Amino acid sequence: MTQAASAAATREAYPYALIELVEQGVDVVAIDADLSVSTMGYQFGEKYPERWYTVGVAEQNMVGIAAGLAACGKTAFIASFAVFLPGRCFDQLRTSVAQPRGGLNVKCVASHGGITVGEDGMSAQAIEDLALATSLVPFDVVVPADFESAKQAIVAVGKTTRPAYVRTGRPKVPAVYGPDYRFELGKATVLRTGTDVTLVACGVMVRAALEAAELLAGEGVSARVLDMATVKPVDRESVIAAARETGAVVTAEEHQTTGGLGTAVARVLAETVPVPMSFVGVDRYGTSGKWDELLTYFDLTPARVAAAAREAISRKR
Amino acid sequence: MPTSLAPVSIDELKAIAKRIRAHIVEMVYEAQSGHPGGSLSAVELGVALYWNHLRVDPANPDDPDRDRFILSKGHATPFYYAVLAERGYFSTELLKGFRKLGSPLQGHPSMKALPGVEMSGGSLGQGLSFAIGHALAGRLEGREFRCWVMLGDGELNEGQVWEAAMAVPHFGLGERVIALVDRNGIQNDGFADQIMRTNPPAMFAGFGWKVIECDGHDMAAVDAALAEAERPDERPRVVVAHTVKGKGVSFMENNPGFHGKAPTREQVELALTEIAEGLA
Ligand SMILES: Cc1ncc(C[n+]2csc(CCOP(=O)(O)OP(=O)(O)O)c2C)c(N)n1
Repeated sequence: MTQAASAAATREAYPYALIELVEQGVDVVAIDADLSVSTMGYQFGEKYPERWYTVGVAEQNMVGIAAGLAACGKTAFIASFAVFLPGRCFDQLRTSVAQPRGGLNVKCVASHGGITVGEDGMSAQAIEDLALATSLVPFDVVVPADFESAKQAIVAVGKTTRPAYVRTGRPKVPAVYGPDYRFELGKATVLRTGTDVTLVACGVMVRAALEAAELLAGEGVSARVLDMATVKPVDRESVIAAARETGAVVTAEEHQTTGGLGTAVARVLAETVPVPMSFVGVDRYGTSGKWDELLTYFDLTPARVAAAAREAISRKR
Repeated sequence: MPTSLAPVSIDELKAIAKRIRAHIVEMVYEAQSGHPGGSLSAVELGVALYWNHLRVDPANPDDPDRDRFILSKGHATPFYYAVLAERGYFSTELLKGFRKLGSPLQGHPSMKALPGVEMSGGSLGQGLSFAIGHALAGRLEGREFRCWVMLGDGELNEGQVWEAAMAVPHFGLGERVIALVDRNGIQNDGFADQIMRTNPPAMFAGFGWKVIECDGHDMAAVDAALAEAERPDERPRVVVAHTVKGKGVSFMENNPGFHGKAPTREQVELALTEIAEGLA
């Protein structure tokens, strides 16, 4: 994947979104756990020092404090890497955030999601976070594809009173959207129309799906592309329409094929319009490398998505 | 049972420390990523330990009676891999692959990928608990090995460290688990006093440990502190080494900016000169 001039990391959107929320009157308090120079939370802290705390390397404590703030009416944002949030503090998220009063107003913004964290290697590469976050009953879960989408998604979850998990990424990625884009929580964006197969993607895999659709077009296969940024609640209508109108569905995510986007889409189709499906994701633990090398290493490529599409189409009856 | 190399002279240890520092800087430069600051601060602790106290045989890395060194602050891999290579676990040639695709030298340690790596790491706060498991197994099997666990001072923010710190004396594992704290006063986001203030000596003492403090860059003092930690006592021992993050490289010393950042070409040349001249 080449980097466009407008490339920005989705994590860079975090402070912009928080500042926008405060300017719109949302009572935001944000907490970091000794990774604020990476989550970019420190930039919010510079602008609103009285609304920002750092708790040191203590993710469990961070969640508990956020729950207390939220119980007192604050919109509490917490940030760390996607391996540690939710990984290191899952029970605190469950008991102190998800269960009280049907879910306290705590928003997790977890950066460095997926394998594109790169050189830090296996331990830093989150491929389980969506499974964990989607399992927390009242949580919304969002995986934006570019800076603009990330900014709007964080603002959108900031305006609800539900808990949420937003996963952002480390590397600078090319923009998918222009300035007229409007993110809507729970709604997929149709990026390309098509009739033979639908490619449903989130995060960095949205661009891979668009490139895969291009490859397929060269073979006379018409692929629809959906950006399913909101993994939970998944956009049932778009999924059902895709199955009805294209007859085959591929999901693509920078995550295990269990417990994330693929699982959410499959569940909708199993209940409504079962069609052949293929799942693209990462089902093994990895290694160090540059982020774009790792996309190839883990086979998260347009070619793989296109192959999965052909395979799903071949099973159409 | 494997033995340590002791006695290795302090001058010899110092010479090894210089080589380790040069490796650290070169590895992080070559990878253009990684954690130089908390690697450079740990060098004297690691060298004195691996060459004078740790009972290991690099030719036999799976010997069930070996002492274990457990790097709980797993991001300090430049330090760790350089020490393991210089101590003979694998070729120093491998250091060039650090953090690159296809190399077993991942950014954080992966215990099955390399001889001598005792624990997969990268998520802070877990090493002391892991060591307790080794120590309990050692006692069950009648073995006499010790587990030396290196922790960062920022890492002490994690609650799990204190769950383990209370378990070591409770289980009576003082002769089997020894903690080493690299007290460099800086964590990821900045100076520890501003990010989350801790008082490691008082905290460990409160949990029933004997606290041994030393200047973490005075090789003779470090060596003596480790020897003291080996001496039997009713209490488990923790060595709190007062160190300087980035030690040995002027522009990295006490600079939070070099927690996890690579130097440029000009910077690496300056760094190697300073290390050779023995700023440390
Ligand atoms: C559970 C967990 N949370 C966050 C991090 C990210 N992280 C890596 S190093 C670091 C700072 C550690 O500071 P310290 O223990 O003092 O290490 P040193 O200064 O010796 O390098 C942080 C927060 C992590 N590795 N693990």
